[in-house]
Amino acid sequence: MPSSVMPTSRQGDRPAPTAVSAVGLRKAYGDKTVLNGIDLRIPAGTVFALLGPNGAGKTTTVKILSTLIPADGGRAQVAGHDLATSPARVRAAIGVTGQFAALDDLLTAEENLLLMADLLRLPAREGRARARELLQRFALADLAHKRAATFSGGMRRRLDLAMTLVGDPRVIFLDEPTTGLDPRSRRTVWDMVRSLVAGGTTVFLTTQYLEEADQLADRIAVLDGGRIVAEGTAEELKARIPGSHVRLVFPDSAEYARAAAAFPGAAREEEELALRVAGDGSLDALRALLDRLDAAGVRAAGLSVHTPDLDDVFLALTGEGTALATPTGTPLPAEENLR
Amino acid sequence: MSTLTYAVHDSMTMLRRNLKHAIRYPAVGFGSAMMPILMLLLFVYAFGDSIGAGIGGGRDAYLEYLTPGVIIMGVASGSMSTSVAICADMTEGVINRFRTMDITRSSFMTGHVLGSVLQTMGCMVLVVGVALGVGFRPAASPLEWLAAAGLLAAIAFAVTWLSVALGLISKTVESASNKPLLIQFLPFLGSAFVPADSMSPGLRWFAEHQPFTPMTETLRGLLSGSEIGNDGWISLAWCALIALVGFLWSRSVFQRTTER
Repeated sequence: MPSSVMPTSRQGDRPAPTAVSAVGLRKAYGDKTVLNGIDLRIPAGTVFALLGPNGAGKTTTVKILSTLIPADGGRAQVAGHDLATSPARVRAAIGVTGQFAALDDLLTAEENLLLMADLLRLPAREGRARARELLQRFALADLAHKRAATFSGGMRRRLDLAMTLVGDPRVIFLDEPTTGLDPRSRRTVWDMVRSLVAGGTTVFLTTQYLEEADQLADRIAVLDGGRIVAEGTAEELKARIPGSHVRLVFPDSAEYARAAAAFPGAAREEEELALRVAGDGSLDALRALLDRLDAAGVRAAGLSVHTPDLDDVFLALTGEGTALATPTGTPLPAEENLR
Repeated sequence: MSTLTYAVHDSMTMLRRNLKHAIRYPAVGFGSAMMPILMLLLFVYAFGDSIGAGIGGGRDAYLEYLTPGVIIMGVASGSMSTSVAICADMTEGVINRFRTMDITRSSFMTGHVLGSVLQTMGCMVLVVGVALGVGFRPAASPLEWLAAAGLLAAIAFAVTWLSVALGLISKTVESASNKPLLIQFLPFLGSAFVPADSMSPGLRWFAEHQPFTPMTETLRGLLSGSEIGNDGWISLAWCALIALVGFLWSRSVFQRTTER
């Protein structure tokens, strides 16, 4: 799917403080290495997406950073506190929504939120107000007095997120927050992430959905086989994959020949009467392209823009260790996939 | 607030959670009361005459003998149901939320233990009520009743800690509900239902040395005025030992499961 850039990045004159930093995080279970030296630096108030296939080590990274399991090696700080030396302070600053809903099935939605408020030692009145507000915000008000066990997957996830937010955490870890959700619930989660970041919270999310990383994240790291194989903004990652082009189709061979003469650098598809012109598909580039067609007096029958999306990046970067040695200039298959 | 105040506050929060569970799903708590009540009625009305004759009395004499035994059995089995609740919490993800929060780590277990003790004590009130209803006439003074309640609370506290450990080492709720069976069965192999000296020699030796026998005898002494002797102190020593082993075991397993 083509990317649409969301204005989630914080534009600031001075660099934001770091919310999460890690150097050389390692974790192995027996002789199976899960994380093989992870470095991270996430500015406060941004969304960071850890993208990777199943088994890449995403959940392990979240578990380490959220103090659930210790790392075998390396150092990390979350919200300014060292994981190894002051885990309690880290816990006081974070909220975690894991892959599976961590709620109390036997309690109602409201009781679940009040349980969090009690554990956060909020005064009773404040806890009740917070619970009420979150029930409203996550469209759970009608379900406030229903037991969590009766909830659908989407409702459970919403309640789970609401529980994570009771304490107003500065850093939030979301481990595959939309896995298994229907498109509408997924949008709700996305909107929630955006509003959190607008409020200054830092969000660390893992996902296998490229679109999700593209939509939400200021920066994306691609994790594969326990290593970060690429990191950057969605645009930077896409720029590492060649192949952004505009495909022009012509009505007959005469038009095609004239066009080919006007665009000598374009790749030719003689049989299809089509030309592939390198370009990023921005409005300005398109306008220039059309102007050039007009100037040459060529009439095109059709035009389509092909941008390498994160799928291409993902496949190029994570496939069986291939692209790893040559992170730039990985050739794409000649045939562009139409999406 | 100090660390201790935090620990108390968090444990109370966890206790409220567990009591809510108990109130919302009374079936579990009711089940722990039903078992001893049914045992009581079965043994008194079906076997009471013959066993009563065996211990040199009748059905009424047996009721007086049996009731303390049934109560001890009820406390043991009620306390052991904590394993299931603990295991369910450990496998259902909610534990990971607790673990990523800045709360006193042990409060999760303390809340379960306190909840279980209160629930077990409530069940025992029901059992005693039924026993009184079918003709149990204890000779205990108010002070002896109080001592009896204290003894039962101590037993419940100790056995529940053991139950917590068994719940923590169980990978599934099913295995958590099977593990405690042995302990629930133990009172039968003591003086709860028939005097130990009526058993075969090997079993008798076991019955005389296992923890539930002195506990049963102490309760019997408090309620019916029979000789307690050293059994009171032996019972309390057993409680302290079981509680300590259960607590240390639970704590070490709970910390180890974090490493997974």
